Amino acid sequence: MSFTINGTAVERAPRPGQCLRTFLRDLGWFGVKKGCDAGDCGACTVAVDGQAVQSCIYPAFRAEGRAVTTIEGLAGEDGRLHPVQRAFLDAQGFQCGFCTAGMIMTAAHLDDAQRRDLPAALKGSLCRCTGYRAIADAVAERVHVEEGGVGCNAPAPAGPGLVTGAAAFTLDVRIDGLTHIRLARSPHAHARVRSIDRAAALAVPGVIAVLTHEDAPPTLYSSGRHEHEADDPFDTRLLDDVVRFVGQRVAAVVAETEGAAEEGVRRLVVDYEALPAVFDPEAAMLPGAPVLHPRPSGLGEPDVGVPPSPSNILATVKGRIGDVDAGFAEADTLFEARFDLQRVQHAHLETHAALGWLDADGRLVIRCSTQVPFLTRRALCRLFDLPADKVRVQCGRVGGGFGGKQEMLVEDIVALAVLRTGRPAVLEFSRQDQFIGATSRHPMRIDVKLGARADGELTAMQLRVVSNTGAYGNHGAGVLHHGCNESVSVYRCANKRIDGHAVYTNTLPAGAFRGYGLSQVTFAVESAMDELARRLGLAPAAMRRRNMVRPGDPMISVSADKHDVEYGSYGLDQCLDAVEAALAAPGGLPAPTGAQWVTGDGLALAMIDTIPPRGHFSNASIRLRRDGRFALAVGTAEFGNGSTTVLGQIAATALGTAVDRIVIEQSDTDAVSHDTGAYGSTGVVVAGRAVLRACEALATRIRKAAADQMGVSPASCRLERDGVRSGTALLSFADLEESGSPLAAEGFFDGTPRSVAFNVQGFRVAVNRHTGEIRILRSVHAADAGRVMNPMQCRGQIEGGVAQALGAALFEHLDIDAEGRVTTTTLRNYHIPAFADVPHTDVIFAETADTVGPLGAKSMSESPFNPVAAALANAVRDATGVRFTSLPLSPDRIYAALQPSAPKGVATAEPALSAGCA
Amino acid sequence: MDLNTIQTVVTRPTRADLGGWRLGDAWLAGGSWLFSEPQPHLRRLLDLGGFGWPSIKADAEGLTLAATCRIAELRGWAPPPDWTATALIDGCCRALLGSFKVWNVATVGGNICLALPAGPMTALAAALDGVCTLWSADGQRSVPVLDFVRGERLTALRPGEILRSIHLPVSALRRRAALRQISLSPLGRSGALLIGTMGRAGDLALTVTASTVRPFRFDFPAPPSADGLGTALDAIPPAAYHDDVHGRPDWRRHVTRLLGREIVAELAAGARA
Repeated sequence: MSFTINGTAVERAPRPGQCLRTFLRDLGWFGVKKGCDAGDCGACTVAVDGQAVQSCIYPAFRAEGRAVTTIEGLAGEDGRLHPVQRAFLDAQGFQCGFCTAGMIMTAAHLDDAQRRDLPAALKGSLCRCTGYRAIADAVAERVHVEEGGVGCNAPAPAGPGLVTGAAAFTLDVRIDGLTHIRLARSPHAHARVRSIDRAAALAVPGVIAVLTHEDAPPTLYSSGRHEHEADDPFDTRLLDDVVRFVGQRVAAVVAETEGAAEEGVRRLVVDYEALPAVFDPEAAMLPGAPVLHPRPSGLGEPDVGVPPSPSNILATVKGRIGDVDAGFAEADTLFEARFDLQRVQHAHLETHAALGWLDADGRLVIRCSTQVPFLTRRALCRLFDLPADKVRVQCGRVGGGFGGKQEMLVEDIVALAVLRTGRPAVLEFSRQDQFIGATSRHPMRIDVKLGARADGELTAMQLRVVSNTGAYGNHGAGVLHHGCNESVSVYRCANKRIDGHAVYTNTLPAGAFRGYGLSQVTFAVESAMDELARRLGLAPAAMRRRNMVRPGDPMISVSADKHDVEYGSYGLDQCLDAVEAALAAPGGLPAPTGAQWVTGDGLALAMIDTIPPRGHFSNASIRLRRDGRFALAVGTAEFGNGSTTVLGQIAATALGTAVDRIVIEQSDTDAVSHDTGAYGSTGVVVAGRAVLRACEALATRIRKAAADQMGVSPASCRLERDGVRSGTALLSFADLEESGSPLAAEGFFDGTPRSVAFNVQGFRVAVNRHTGEIRILRSVHAADAGRVMNPMQCRGQIEGGVAQALGAALFEHLDIDAEGRVTTTTLRNYHIPAFADVPHTDVIFAETADTVGPLGAKSMSESPFNPVAAALANAVRDATGVRFTSLPLSPDRIYAALQPSAPKGVATAEPALSAGCA
Repeated sequence: MDLNTIQTVVTRPTRADLGGWRLGDAWLAGGSWLFSEPQPHLRRLLDLGGFGWPSIKADAEGLTLAATCRIAELRGWAPPPDWTATALIDGCCRALLGSFKVWNVATVGGNICLALPAGPMTALAAALDGVCTLWSADGQRSVPVLDFVRGERLTALRPGEILRSIHLPVSALRRRAALRQISLSPLGRSGALLIGTMGRAGDLALTVTASTVRPFRFDFPAPPSADGLGTALDAIPPAAYHDDVHGRPDWRRHVTRLLGREIVAELAAGARA
């Protein structure tokens, strides 16, 4: 068959059932991405005879005789960018960039009418990072980028590669002899594998190996990755003979083709002995409940993270500050309610994926989509008993993470396959795999009781938190502790009691998710604070102002013990004032007309420690290259968080030069000695500090070398864009001579001390009492990010966080049925915000400069998510009089709660679903 | 996504292939649904595009759409000015969950045969008195669209039968029409999609889709009162209200009434004007 692809004639026959997406990728057009493989997300958009189509749902044979254009063919033959590509660079209409090729291909094929109606025109183009404002600006050809170091809107170094499709994500490399892996997954919520008959699978032509628990190392580990191994229980086997949730991987089939691997999986015969299962965490804590992880014998390390037996309680928080009963007795008003937070999924557009091979030295190389390359290497070394120098883990560009990639879900299987077969292997999750076999936010049930005096002063705070960690304990303890921390310690109150449990159930394991427990507990605390304010007749902002911590106040949740969090800066007061003022001022959309529409305002605040506790390590090295540019090596990963841009800006500022002289190598265990990884919002505040230290040391060394070479004093030397200046003399970087020690330096940061960052969200909403629809009339978000290193990017992080949080507040719920099966397995049944769903958010920055963070900066990537749902629910409460204690606030649930027959007062809305989702 | 179990594509099927239909066969229209989900039971695709049917035929009898007419073609077609009800086409296209990129490949017949409650081409064809022509190996038969879609993912097609075309009579096309749609997110999958049409005599036909597992049709000699409408809609059995992540049945039932009232009011107001 003949095709014309990006102007070149191609003779090739696609497989009969092949879609155009994989056909194009097979030909090397890696700009064509897979986000969903189901026609929902648009990441694979190409043009066929000038018409935009989603190539994943386009039969490849239909393109015969037609002209196909991918992102790689959009630019002119002379290499000049298409105007839309240029516009996406100018507005920086991307973050991780995984949707960008499809977004640009879509935007480039809109007519004028469609450009005026982007909500409809882009409804088949999902972006999980940006919140769409930056994309709208790109389509409108607004320019945001500017030259400069710290404080300027420097563009992301990866931008040109992203808009042309040249940036290589995890699987965008060609490897000869690649084998393909597909997973067999458990249909049972709890079962023992009696036997696996591989014969029929192995008989499938092309099947090379079938890997089961018999092939897996006995070593226990956790898929959750932390600097401290003991943070997560060693409760997981690579492939186990006991399965604890529907969807758990049971076997891996390795084959020459994806089709053969799939057929192999279908032909596997697994004999299960079903075991009793428990889905509800409250039930799982009762005596007699089936125990998921009885103490293992002879497996794992007894000193590390083995869950207590015989119980499903993975971790407990018990905080007793002051006398809570006395505090409630002292109160003039009490408020008490139960909140249920649902399971939501990260829905990063690049699914989990890993490629593995043995390099020329026999070293295992894993190229994967991870936030934590070094911690993944550590886990692989432990699992396969290999020394660190025998394993290399590296990332390409990573297509989003949101915490989901602080987890090892595919790398271990790929490593096993490579080590077993000696062949290169790939495992790529489907979108369905993401829902049934990756992780989610922890569902939580939170009972809150607050007491306050008539003047608003809190007299006591009490929380009971039950967190459903699912079948495995990855991140279970950390999320519970973190969730109960800053959400409570942000309030000054003498009496606090917190009881929290993270509980195993036979459901999909939860994991790290943006906010790391704070979004759930903050929803409960901030909703309760709002309700308490109403009962006291106080304005919501005044209630908070009365009680929120201020510099000098101890930050206490469960313990008054000394810790390493300090007020490196404080802008919570500014944030609260700004949001309150914005909601009071004119602005936003007018309320819809009609008596059925009621309006209301709401706000909520959130605090976050700028770095995870107990050490988060980064190494950086910088070296002056012979060409006069600087090679900066960092370990931290870039997955759309924008840290690479800022690291370049920090380096340029410290070296007195421009960002285009900084060449960054990153996310590779060969790059530096160690890096904890890109989680806990540490890209700027930890890696940035290491970079700053390295660059400052190099600047000193360069001044010394230049002074020697120029025969002047080092004090007279100043670094500038192109070299070192002393008086009128300029010695270019390229002409600097290395005398003795090389012109290179290293920097390290251990992640302590830590500071605090703040976010306040405000909404004005209109609610249709008849249909249950919500319209957001005004959205304003104030953030205290310290000194803002790159306002454009930081704004983008906040807008993206607000949008993702609106998804969880308005639409998203990952459902699990009574047998433990995930029932929402596609993006069309798990609705993440599309262009039409996200309002404009005004972003306001507090003016602070942090004494702890590098150059005054604080972290700002997880935290914007945290106050959003509570602010929205508070606004809906203001409008309707109904307090929603669960999410999402979808029209059907709002309608039900507004019915005269619905119970009055609080807690009127039942959770979105029942079994398995506490 | 790749359908790796497919061994053969019949790109130029003939009517004789209808008789040779066997387990593991699927008729391929646009492919936008077929390629969007795993289909491990399938072995052979028969490309309806290979028949080469003309997409749109408009004449004195009305409008005949080939099953393979792409949604983008229908939307781009210029109807005669007195076919007032064709104003519904744009609204129904916009009600499709897929974007214009899906319109470029998805077909009218594919949307109807998929028989999703929210299928907007089903709504359009049912509201405009559409009649399906079904082909089988030994002949053809006609079935009203209202009877063709029998439930969620359930149609009147028998094994080996295909949808050849949908005919919309000119009498329906000349009626005035109003459409209301609602979903749990601004441009999400329809939770309810209702269409009303009115004849010159003031007779009103209301078609309920999306909120119910199959289309329901209510004919009134004149615009009904709110009570009259409510009583008529009570004929929809409670179990017929669809229950999935795109809307709970109690809400669907409620908004069906609301949207129905809005449609009646719009059409009645137009009649008075």
